[in-house]
This record gives sequence, C-alpha cells and structure tokens, in this order.
Amino acid sequence: MPRGIELRQLRKTYRTSNGPIEAVRGVDITIEPGETVALLGPNGAGKSTTIDMLLGLTPPDGGTVSLFGEDPEHAIARGAVGAMLQSGQLIRDLTVRELLTQIASLYPQPLDLDATLDLVGIESIANQRTQKLSGGQAQRVRFALALLTNPELLVLDEPTVGMDVESRRAFWGTMRDAASHGKTVLFATHYLEEADEFADRAILMARGIIVADGPTTEIKAMVGTRTIRATLPDVPAEQLERLDGITHAERRGESVALACSDSDAAIRALLGAYPQVSDIEIGGGSLEDAFLELTA
Amino acid sequence: MKKRATYLRFELMRTLRNKRFFLLSLGFPLLIYLLVAAPNRTDRSLAGTGISLRLYFMVGLASFGSMNAMLGTGVRIAVERTTGWNRQLRLTPLSTRAYFGTKVVAGYVVAACTITLLYIAGAGLGVHIPAVDWVKMTLLLLVGLVPFAALGILIGHLISADAVAPAIGGITALLSFLGGIWFPVGQSGVLHYVAQALPSYWLVQASHVGVGGASWNGTGWAVMAAWTLVATRLAMRAYARDTGRG
Repeated sequence: MPRGIELRQLRKTYRTSNGPIEAVRGVDITIEPGETVALLGPNGAGKSTTIDMLLGLTPPDGGTVSLFGEDPEHAIARGAVGAMLQSGQLIRDLTVRELLTQIASLYPQPLDLDATLDLVGIESIANQRTQKLSGGQAQRVRFALALLTNPELLVLDEPTVGMDVESRRAFWGTMRDAASHGKTVLFATHYLEEADEFADRAILMARGIIVADGPTTEIKAMVGTRTIRATLPDVPAEQLERLDGITHAERRGESVALACSDSDAAIRALLGAYPQVSDIEIGGGSLEDAFLELTA
Repeated sequence: MKKRATYLRFELMRTLRNKRFFLLSLGFPLLIYLLVAAPNRTDRSLAGTGISLRLYFMVGLASFGSMNAMLGTGVRIAVERTTGWNRQLRLTPLSTRAYFGTKVVAGYVVAACTITLLYIAGAGLGVHIPAVDWVKMTLLLLVGLVPFAALGILIGHLISADAVAPAIGGITALLSFLGGIWFPVGQSGVLHYVAQALPSYWLVQASHVGVGGASWNGTGWAVMAAWTLVATRLAMRAYARDTGRG
C-alpha cells in the first residue's frame, strides 16, 4: 500500500463559454511521507486545479488520487489533511481565537492554540472579530488554521500571494519552525526562490502538464536563467543538451528552445557545433518566460 | 460527541451575534402581529369563526415567522459559500451529517425565539388558550419545521448569495399564500388540493391546533415526511457537489 501521496494520470477539463479548457492533462506525482515539495508554475499552469483534485474538492475527469493509501475523503475525515487555500475569507462573527478553537475541535490532535498564535504572530489580534481583520491579518489567521490542525499532510496553495518580500520571508521562517517535523508538505507557488529555499523538490507545471520534476537545485538550473530560441532542423534535442551552458532542450518542428545556465557559453557552443543555426533569439530570465519557452 | 458540541457552540454564538439577521428574523413577524392585532384586540370572532383576531394572527404569524427563520438558514449558507469558507470547511473532518445538524439546530434556535416572542406578545394582548393546546401546538409546529430546515439548506447550496434573497423571499411568499397563512384556503377546489401537497399548509394546520383545529391526519404526516426526505436528499447532493472555486 502506498504510504505517501500518489496522483496518477489526473485530468480535468473545464467547460467554458469559449469552449473546453484542458486545465490538467495527465499529471503523475508521487510524494514520499515527510517530503516538502513545491509545485511551481505560472498562472494558468493547472496548479490550483491539481491541488483541488488532490484535496477532493474537484472530481477529476480521469485518474486517481491516493493520500496515505486512502481517497481524499477518508484522509480528510480522519483529520490527516490541513490546507491553506488560495482564496477564501473567514466566516464572520467570531473572534480569531474562537474561530481557531472551533476548527481545532474537529481534529484528533491539534497543536496548542496559544503556542500557534504566538508562532504565527497573531496574539495581538486573537480577540478581534474576523470581519475586522485586514487582508494580511486574515491570511495569517488562515495559515494559523492550517498549522493548528497539525495534519500529516499540509497543502498550501500560493500561501504568500500578495505578501511583500519581508512578510514572505517571515512566513517561510515560521513554516520552517512549525512544519518541518516529519510532515508532508506540498505548496504551490510561482516564486522560484520560495521553492529553492524551502522545498526538497520542485515539480514544474505548465499548461496542464508536468514539464520537470526533481531536486530544487536541478530545477533552478533549468529555468533560472535565459532561454535561447533558434531555427535548427535535424538535430535531436538530446544532442543539444550536451552542449556547454545548456540544461534543457525542447524541439518544436524546425525550431528549438534551449534553457541555459550560461547563455553566453551556450551561444558560442551552439554556433561552433552547428553553424547552420539561424533566427537566434535570447529570452529574458524570468520564470514565466522560461516556462513559456519550455512548453510552448 | 465533544467535538460536535464545541463546533455547535460556536455556530450558535455566530448566529446570535449576527444581530441584524437575528433581530430582523424576530422583529418582522412581531411587527406585523402588533400592527394587525393591537388595534383589533377586541375583535372576538374573526369573520364569524368564533376565534379572536389576536389569537388567529398570533398562531398564523408563529408559523410564518418560524418558517422564515428556518429558510433564512439558506441565506447564511449562500453567503458563507460566496466567501469560500465552505471549501475550507470541507477540508476538515466535519461530516456532512454534523454540518447539516449544526445548521438545523441554529435555525431552530432562531425559530424558537420567534415563536416565543409572538406568544409573549399574544399573551400581552390578552390571548388565552388552555396550556395543553399551547404545548400541543408548539410541539407540532416544531415538527412541522423539519422540512423547512432541509429546504433552507438546499436553497443555500443551490443559489448564489446575490440571488438568494429574492429566491427565499419569493419561495416564502408563495408557500405562505398557497399554504393558507394569510387567509384560509377553501375546503374544495384546485387550490385546496395544491395546498395540501405543501409543507406550509400543514405548518399552518399545526399552528391552528392552538385555535381548536385538528392535528395532522395521515395525509399531513405523509406530505411532511415526503418533503423532508426529498429536500434532505437533494440538499446532501447539492452540498456534495458544491466545492468549486468562486
């Protein structure tokens, strides 16, 4: 029986007024217990849909989800899952302390409430009504909620979206203190630095598929720098990957897209090895650009 | 068991703290009652029935007000869904059964307060009925609210927050009108048969126990049971499906 998280061939298509959108197109993910994994990708990559299916909030059109050998419904029913979803306000008319107490009461072994308030830095607003909180405060309460339940699997869907650099650093510092005790953690983000600093492993999604999955250092090398596009028929992608400065190559018809760890070295190597190369473009170093290049 | 008690305690606290919702649920039936019954409190035989106006409207508004209170659960649920809270709640070990149970109990608390307030107002205007009839009427009213509890939850999960107010308003008006809350449906004709298939008709019949009416017959129990079963089944299905974003 699988002990960790297993997603097999997950698919989801949304029907919209502009025709069907294939949000997730066959995703396989295995996460060992205790692993911390980042799900990286630009907006619209299918991260949130994948997480919704993992949590049983969205039924997949195809494929299976197993959390510690159970379906999501059963894992959730025994309190094994805690999550901080991307959107969502808090219900009104309770104080922060009351809301946290109410939800913690549903879990088999919640953390100490005061310790959690302290850890997340919200003791000062513990007695405020939830509808009076600022956006940032509410976000921290939602984080406290996820930690407090002390689950085996903690899922965070873009937990730092809308935070400034300072708050992001504080958030991950807290995460490191709180959740590194043998918990399985999956978080979605589009910040490469977050994956690099906090996760053991990163899974790169774009346009509904997984384009890379490996240790964060590898992923960083793959997407962290520039991308070269060029017209170069008849050379296999694997052969290009052997050139200096190139970490990953993709072929699209006559043209190729090359992710570079060192674009200067890559250009020299490319021109040296294949003088017939033409239409060379060098793309910027953002993660979004890298995704687009790798998956167009 | 302790889990559910804590969860329920805070849910009730929330319901009572939402003062506008709570006070309006209680206030409107009371206001209507006082407006109609206070100036006419000496009318001892409404339309020659031998029943005083202040009594007739007290029991009528008890059924109307408590029905409103139960369906009002739907408004609260629709708003909670819009904020995305339901998705968060779905990730907790709270079972569907416990979720429904909590919502029903919270609805009953508001409904019971509404009924109590009308009884006090009625007594203040000089309504006298035998204690046995008070008790019988109240018990049957409380049973009669069960299908409305399920309907409230169903509506809350089917209709979005921006449309739920007119939906509940319309449904309440229709059920009140066809169920005979505002004026008696005749003893024959199409309306009479339509009315008997509605839970609001039997709720009104329950309140009429207080004015010497009969308790429910077999049809009454069957209609109420059928509405409860169907609405509960549909509500559970709606709840199960209702997990999408935004």
